[in-house]
Amino acid sequence: MSKALSSIKPGQLVTVCCIQDSELKPKLMEMGLIAGKEVRVLFRAPFGDPIAIDVHGYVLSLRLDEAGLIQVNETIGSEVFA
Amino acid sequence: MKIALLGNPNTGKSSVFNMLTGLRQQVGNFPGVTVDKKFGIFNLSNEDHTLIDFPGTYSIYPRSKDEQVVYDVLKNEQHPDYPELAIVVADESNLERNLFLFTQVYDLQIPVILVLNMADLAKKNGKSINIPALEEAFPGAKIIETTARVGMGKERLLQAIQSISKEKHSERFYANARICDLDDSKGQETEATERYGLINEILKCVQTTSSTKTEQTSNKLDRILVHPIFGYLIFGAVLMIIFQFIFAFAAYPMDFIDGVFADFSAWLSQELPTGLFSDLISQGIVPGIGGVLVFIPQIALLFFFIALLEESGYLARVVFIMDRIMRPLGLNGKSVVPLLSSVACAIPGVMATRTISDWKERMITILVAPLMSCSARIPVYTLLIALVIPKATVLGFLNLQGLVLFGLYTLGLVAALLIAALLKLLIKTREKGFLLLELPSYKSPRWGNVGITVWEKVRVFVWDAGKVILAISIILWAMATFGPGDRMEKAALNAENHAKELKLSQNETDRFVASAKLENSYIGIMGKGLEPVIKPLGYDWKIGISLITSFAAREVFVGSLATIYAVQEDGGENKRLIDRMRSEKRADGKPVYSLASGASLMVFYVFAMQCMATLAVVKRETKSWKWPLIQMGFMGTMAYLGAFITYLILS
Repeated sequence: MSKALSSIKPGQLVTVCCIQDSELKPKLMEMGLIAGKEVRVLFRAPFGDPIAIDVHGYVLSLRLDEAGLIQVNETIGSEVFA
Repeated sequence: MKIALLGNPNTGKSSVFNMLTGLRQQVGNFPGVTVDKKFGIFNLSNEDHTLIDFPGTYSIYPRSKDEQVVYDVLKNEQHPDYPELAIVVADESNLERNLFLFTQVYDLQIPVILVLNMADLAKKNGKSINIPALEEAFPGAKIIETTARVGMGKERLLQAIQSISKEKHSERFYANARICDLDDSKGQETEATERYGLINEILKCVQTTSSTKTEQTSNKLDRILVHPIFGYLIFGAVLMIIFQFIFAFAAYPMDFIDGVFADFSAWLSQELPTGLFSDLISQGIVPGIGGVLVFIPQIALLFFFIALLEESGYLARVVFIMDRIMRPLGLNGKSVVPLLSSVACAIPGVMATRTISDWKERMITILVAPLMSCSARIPVYTLLIALVIPKATVLGFLNLQGLVLFGLYTLGLVAALLIAALLKLLIKTREKGFLLLELPSYKSPRWGNVGITVWEKVRVFVWDAGKVILAISIILWAMATFGPGDRMEKAALNAENHAKELKLSQNETDRFVASAKLENSYIGIMGKGLEPVIKPLGYDWKIGISLITSFAAREVFVGSLATIYAVQEDGGENKRLIDRMRSEKRADGKPVYSLASGASLMVFYVFAMQCMATLAVVKRETKSWKWPLIQMGFMGTMAYLGAFITYLILS
C-alpha cells in the first residue's frame, strides 16, 4: 500500500513508488526522486509545512502539496529516529 | 574563447568563478531576457578568455524564468553566448544529482571539464571517487578535483582548460540523448529515469563510501535553527543585528559622505567663477554624485550580511521556516530580509530581492518594499509630529508623539502586506510557484566571496542606478534654478528691495531672496499649478513645491520648507522652522498646519514613492521602466487617497 510522502512521519525511511502526473513531475524527478529511490523524512517546519527529506546525501525541502504528489512505500524494518 | 560555467546551486560555482577571474568581473545582459549576465575575463598563456557564470540549475530544463537562459543558450548553436567550452562544477559529496546536469551537457558534445568541487567535504563525509575510472566513462571530457573555497586546484583547472581539445567530441553518455522541448514533460521524465539509471551504474563502480557520519553536524544545527520556538527567536536576533548595523552604524559613514560633499559643493561655489556652469557643477552635479554615494554604506553592510547568510547555508533555513507564513501573501521566505532592510532604506532592500528565484514573488517583494517606512522619512515624520501632535501621555504612560510615529511605521508595514496579497491575485504568471529548495549543509563563509559580492553590488548600484539618480537630480536642480523669462530676476530684485525697507541683515536678505527665487522658478510655478490638485488634502502651494523637490529624497522636504519660509536651518531640532510653520495662516485665517493637514501629510509620506533613487534601482533590477512606473502610480494613488481620507476625517 503506497502513501503520500506528505503523510510520512519524520525519521521514517521510505521508497519512492511513483509521482502523480503534473507540471512538477519532471522537476521532482530531476531532483533525484525517481521510482525505487530511498528517502528519509528528516523534519518539518514549525507549522508542519514544508518538510525536509534526505535524498541520498542531500536535504531537499518541499511544501506539503508538492510532497503530496509523491507516492511512497514504507521500507519495512526502518528504524525511527527520535 | 567563450567558456560557460554551469553547475547545481550550492556547489561552490561562484568560488570557482571568483578563483578564475578575481576582480575582473562584469555584469551585462543576455540578449532578450532580464537576467544579468555575469562574466569575467581571465588570461591563460597570453590569451584572454571570457567565462560566463550561468545561473545555478539542476538540469538544462529550466524551472524558472531566470534559469531558462541556460536552456536557450545551450539549445541554440547560433546564440551569441553559445560556449566553445563548458565547465561544470559539481559537489563531490553529492555526485549522483550533480552528474545529472553534467551528463546533459556532455551529451551536447561541447568540450567539457567536470570540476569536482568541495573535495574536502566529500572526504570528511567518507566518500571517495576513483577519478581515472570516472574519466573513462566520459571519453573526451576532463575531470579534476578542487576545493575552490580555499583556492585549491586552480592550476589543475587552468591546465585542463589549456589541454582539452577544443573540437566537439562525438560521444554520448545517454544513447537516446536529445534536447526535449520545454513542454515535453513525458520526454523529460523518461530522460530523468534513464539518465539516473545510467549514473547509478557508473557510481557503483567509481564511488566508495566508507563511513556513515554524513550530515551529522548539519542535522544537529537544524534541530535548533528550524525549531518552532528557537528557530524564530534566532532568526529574530539575526535580523536585529543586521538591522542595527544598517540603521545605526551606517549613519556615521553616511554623515561623513554627506558632509564631505556639502563642504565640497560650498567650496566650489566659492572658488569657481560665478556663472551658470559653476552652479551646475556645485549645485547640480556634485550634490547629485553625493546623493548616489551616500547609499554605499547601507548597501555594503546589507550585502555583507546577506552574503554571510547565504554562504553559510542559513538563508535556506530562513526560507524553510518562513515559507508557510509568507505564502498567503504572495511572498517568499526570502522576502523577509529585503522587506526588513527596507525599514532602513528601500534601495539595498530592492537589490536584495535577487536571492528570490521565483519571478512573481520577487516582483511583489520589489513592489511593496518602498512602503516600509525608511529612515529618510524620519526627518519628515518628526518635523510634522512636533508641529501638530501635542506632547501628551496616553493611558498614563504612553507618549502620544511616539505612539503616532509607531502608528506610521505600522501603517506602512500593514499596507505592504495587504498590497502584496492583492498583487498576488493581480500578477499573472504561467509558472506555478513551488519550493523544491535544497537545504545545503552548513559551511563557514568564504570571505573572498563575501567581499566580491559586496563590491559587485556597490558597483552595479553606482553605475546603473547612479546614472538615473544623477540625471534626475540635475533636472530638479535646473527646474529650481530657472524660471520663465526674467521672472526670477525680477522677483529677486523685489525681494532685495523689500528686505532693504525692512532693514534685514545680510543673511536674512539672502534667505528672503532665495525664497522669492524658488517661488518663481519652474518648480515654484509647478507647485502653484499643483495647488488645486492638493487642496483637498489640505495643502497649499508651498507644500506643493516641497512635494516636488522631495522627489529627490524625502528628507529634502524639510530643507525645502526652510528655504520657502526663509528660515535658517538649525540641523536637528528645527525650532525656528516649526515656529514659522505654526504662524503660517491660510486666507481664511486658519493655520495651514492643523492636525488634519499635518496628519494628511504624514500619511502621504507613508505611501508616496518620493524617492528617485528607489525608482532608479527598481528600473535597474526589473530591467524596464514598466515596473517602477506602475509602482509610482499605485503608491501615488494610495498616498493621495490616504491623505484625502485622513484630512476629511480629521477636519
